[in-house]
Amino acid sequence: MAIWNETVAVTAMTVKSLPQRIWVAIVTLIAIAIVVTVMMAVLAMAAGFDKTVAGAGGVDTAIIMRAGSQAELNSGLSSEQINLLAEAPGIVRVGNQPQASPELYVIVDGIKKSTGLSVNLPLRGMNPIGVELRKDVVISEGRMFETGKNELVVGRAARQQFAGFDPGSTVQFGKTTWQVVGIFEAGGSVFESELWADAKVVQSLYNRGNSYQSVRALLDGPDAIQKIEAYAGNDPRLNISVQTEADYFSQLSKPLVSFINGVGYPLAIVMALGALAGALNAMYTSVAARQREIVTLRAIGFGGFSTFVGIMVEALVLAFAGTLLGVMVTYIFFDGLTASTLGQTFTQIVFDFSVTPELVVQAGVLALAIGLIGGFFPALRAARLPVVDAFRNV
Amino acid sequence: MTEKTLIELDHVTKRYTRGRDTIEIFDELTMGIEEGAFLAIMGPSGSGKTTLLNILGGIDSPTSGSVTVGGQRIDNMSEGALSKWRAANVGFIFQFYNLMPMLTAAQNVELPLLLTDLGRSRRAEHVKTALNVVGIADRAKHKPSELSGGQQQRVAIARAIVSDPKLMLADEPTGDLDRTTAVEILEMLQLLNKEFGKTIIMVTHDPEAARFASRTLHLDKGHFVQEAAE
Ligand SMILES: Nc1ncnc2c1ncn2[C@@H]1O[C@H](COP(=O)(O)OP(=O)(O)O)[C@@H](O)[C@H]1O
Ligand SMILES: [Mg+2]
Repeated sequence: MAIWNETVAVTAMTVKSLPQRIWVAIVTLIAIAIVVTVMMAVLAMAAGFDKTVAGAGGVDTAIIMRAGSQAELNSGLSSEQINLLAEAPGIVRVGNQPQASPELYVIVDGIKKSTGLSVNLPLRGMNPIGVELRKDVVISEGRMFETGKNELVVGRAARQQFAGFDPGSTVQFGKTTWQVVGIFEAGGSVFESELWADAKVVQSLYNRGNSYQSVRALLDGPDAIQKIEAYAGNDPRLNISVQTEADYFSQLSKPLVSFINGVGYPLAIVMALGALAGALNAMYTSVAARQREIVTLRAIGFGGFSTFVGIMVEALVLAFAGTLLGVMVTYIFFDGLTASTLGQTFTQIVFDFSVTPELVVQAGVLALAIGLIGGFFPALRAARLPVVDAFRNV
Repeated sequence: MTEKTLIELDHVTKRYTRGRDTIEIFDELTMGIEEGAFLAIMGPSGSGKTTLLNILGGIDSPTSGSVTVGGQRIDNMSEGALSKWRAANVGFIFQFYNLMPMLTAAQNVELPLLLTDLGRSRRAEHVKTALNVVGIADRAKHKPSELSGGQQQRVAIARAIVSDPKLMLADEPTGDLDRTTAVEILEMLQLLNKEFGKTIIMVTHDPEAARFASRTLHLDKGHFVQEAAE
């Protein structure tokens, strides 16, 4: 019981003495908070982007483009190729109808609400099967576009980030005029950054004749990709590449993933080391400032253990307060923050930072490690201060 | 009162080695201090007064020789055992009071009791008694920064007596105080010696202060010089 009283009392004294070193404490706390914020922002960005892009693609949906195209934008398929693909094996058919959507992908101008600047937006021409092929698509406001009409449905994220896309409004892209008839959601995926319209209308308004840029098709089994490749390989007119949508999107997300790995994590680690140095410095300063108090307590009969615990708790209090501040800042500034980045197609991909409980735990663990290491060595020094110094004027 | 020896030093040697230099503070010092003494120790700076207090109080150990306090050898105790021994047997009084700035007077006085098994209310009683003895009960809730030097030293004395140790060690307890306040503190120590039977060993460089003690020893170059000229 005595050791408990002793330890509680020493810890309380240590923490109560914090205000005397308030600036060092605040600087340390802020350093830890910054580390937590950077760490969480990086992780939230990675998680958000992953959810939006990597999570968008199905493994049972194929995307077919011209061979050698990195993205839909620089692909092109003729009407002859589209007709040949309609006969391809590996694609699910309902009755005679292949579950496939020949699509166009054109760039239109939009205005970003936050900056007022003009940005590139993807306008996708598709057919109703194409809508079916996207997972979890729901019309949250208004209705779907009708075939043959200059009608648009706008992704939730695009509507939120870019000006003029409320249902009922009319938008002008170059010489073309469109009616926004609805808003769609697509499970938070990359498609929510797009505008969708009837493929035939896009073809005629953009002078594309009967050509398309890609085909989305529902696959009938795990070996369907090989079947389509073999079919195309036997026909010199079908100079195409075929891959699952999942593969396609994970390749699209490579630039951001490599940014996060190449810049985000190293930055977080360097800052964590900086905060650790700051914490060590703060705690050594604390021990030095309280040297006389510590050795006096030791002379009176207090043990080294309670001294050690007191300093450790002080460091952990700083780490905890820093985490709290960092998490708060992250929530206020980053959670649900919608960012847009240039995808590989030079169009805007809109994604949300998602601050999840797991991220809080991860950042908290990092801050805890900073607190533990930053407290340990100074605490050890404190516990080993020479008691003979009590009567000397330290 | 029968003369009973509380402290015995037997051939105590203390050396410090600093790099290649060895400084010998005490060489085969043998002495006894009777229970109930109020002893003043004087001597030039660097003569080893503080070192002696440290050895008597169990916060430093001799290089060789034995130290017995109240029949108990303390020179060969482990650090942990010494720590417990100090808590139960010695009250320390410092030149600069060494109070905890973040605690009130009462909380400072309570500190040694936290090392005992006393419950909260018993501790509060002891604290009250100690503060009453030193005449500062009305300042119980004040922080050290709100007290004068003399008041702080009273709180420190209360802290030294609260667990009722036999032995009190004071290093220049009035060194930081003006004459009038110093006299108050010295009278307080005298009272503790006479009325409460505390054995007090006080280091001072002030002959006026030494006069309050019942005996004065002069330390020079590690030896006691008997009754040097005042
Ligand atoms: N830790 C130490 N290491 C080396 N020398 C020390 C140490 N502590 C004290 N001394 C030396 O021991 C001598 C006696 O010191 P001290 O007991 O403090 O003297 P006083 O209190 O009489 O002024 C001094 O010369 C001092 O420099
Ligand atoms: Mg001294």
